[in-house]
Amino acid sequence: MSAEAHNEHAVTHEDHHGDDHDHGTYRSYLIGFGLSVVLTAIPFWLVMAGVLAPQLTGLIITGFAVVQIVVHMIFFLHMNHRSEGGWNMLALIFTLVIVVIAVAGSVWVMYHLNTNMMPVHDMQVMG
Amino acid sequence: MSHASTLNPDYVDETGRPIFHPVEEPHHSEGHSTMLGFWMYLMSDCLIFAILFAVYAVLGGNYAAGPAPKDLFDLPLVAVNTSMLLFSSITYGFAMLAMYRNKVAQTQAWLAITGLFGLCFLGIELYEFAHMIHLGATPQRSGFLSAFFILVGTHGLHVTFGCIWLVTLMIQVGQKGLIQANKRRLMCLSLFWHFLDVIWIGVFTFVYLFGMLR
Repeated sequence: MSAEAHNEHAVTHEDHHGDDHDHGTYRSYLIGFGLSVVLTAIPFWLVMAGVLAPQLTGLIITGFAVVQIVVHMIFFLHMNHRSEGGWNMLALIFTLVIVVIAVAGSVWVMYHLNTNMMPVHDMQVMG
Repeated sequence: MSHASTLNPDYVDETGRPIFHPVEEPHHSEGHSTMLGFWMYLMSDCLIFAILFAVYAVLGGNYAAGPAPKDLFDLPLVAVNTSMLLFSSITYGFAMLAMYRNKVAQTQAWLAITGLFGLCFLGIELYEFAHMIHLGATPQRSGFLSAFFILVGTHGLHVTFGCIWLVTLMIQVGQKGLIQANKRRLMCLSLFWHFLDVIWIGVFTFVYLFGMLR
C-alpha cells in the first residue's frame, strides 16, 4: 500500500522535472514593481517628512518592510508552496526560524547585558 | 491492480512488483536539482546577512562620541539608490520573460540594462562610502560604523559579484545562445539578483530609515 503511494508520488515527481517553474508575466512583474514602489515611497516619506512620532513611524516602516519582502518573494522570486516539490518553502521556513532566533536572541541578550552591566561599571568608576 | 502500468519503471523489480528503493540510480536530466541547490545557497547567504543585521542591531547605537546616522546619512541619495536596485529587479524580470520566449537579442538588451542599473547602484554606494570616509567616519571610528560598513559592504560586494556574473552570462549567451544550460544559469542569477533586492529592503529600512529616527 505504502509502496504504491510512494510509487505514484515518484511518478508525479518525475513529471515535474520539465520546465515547470512559475515564470511570471509582464503583468505580474509590473504589479510587483508597482507595489514595491508604493511600499518603498511611503516609509521614505514618513521618515523624511517626520509627520508621526518616531516610535510609531518605526513600527509602521517595519510593517511596510515585511509586506514588501513578501511582495518580492511572490512576484519576483515566484515563491509558492509547490516550487521544487515544496522544498523551497520548507528551506525558507527553516531559515526564517533560525534568523528570528539569531536576531531576536542577540538583541534580547545584549540589551539585558547592557542594562545589567551599567551599575557595576559606574561603581568601578566611583571606586 | 490495473495501475501497475503507471508505476515508475525505476521503482519496480523484474517481476513488475513495486519496490521501495530503486536498484539503479534513477535517471535525472542534467541540472535538474540546480535550482533547489541554489535556493539552499541563498538561504545560507540569508543567514550571513541575518548575523550581520544582528551585529548592527547590537552595535548600531555605539557611536563612541563619533558621528551618528543623522550626521552621515543622506536619505534622498539612499532613495535614488533604492530605486536603482528596484529598476534593475524589474528589468531582470523582463530579461527572464524574453528568455522564456527564446528572444536572444531582447534578453541581452534587458540584461545590459540590468547591469547598468547595478553599476549605478554600486557607483552611488561607493560615492557614499568615500564621502563618509572623507568626513572621518571610517570603519575603525566606532562600533556603529564597523557594523554599518560590514553590513552594507557585504551587500555591495554581493551586487559586485552579481554584476560580474551577469557580464559572464551575457558573454556565454552571446557565444552559445539560449541553450538549456545558459537558461538554468540565468534562472540562478535571477534568484540571486532578486534576493539581493530583498536584503536591501532590510538595509534601507533598518539601517538608513531607523538611523534617521534615532
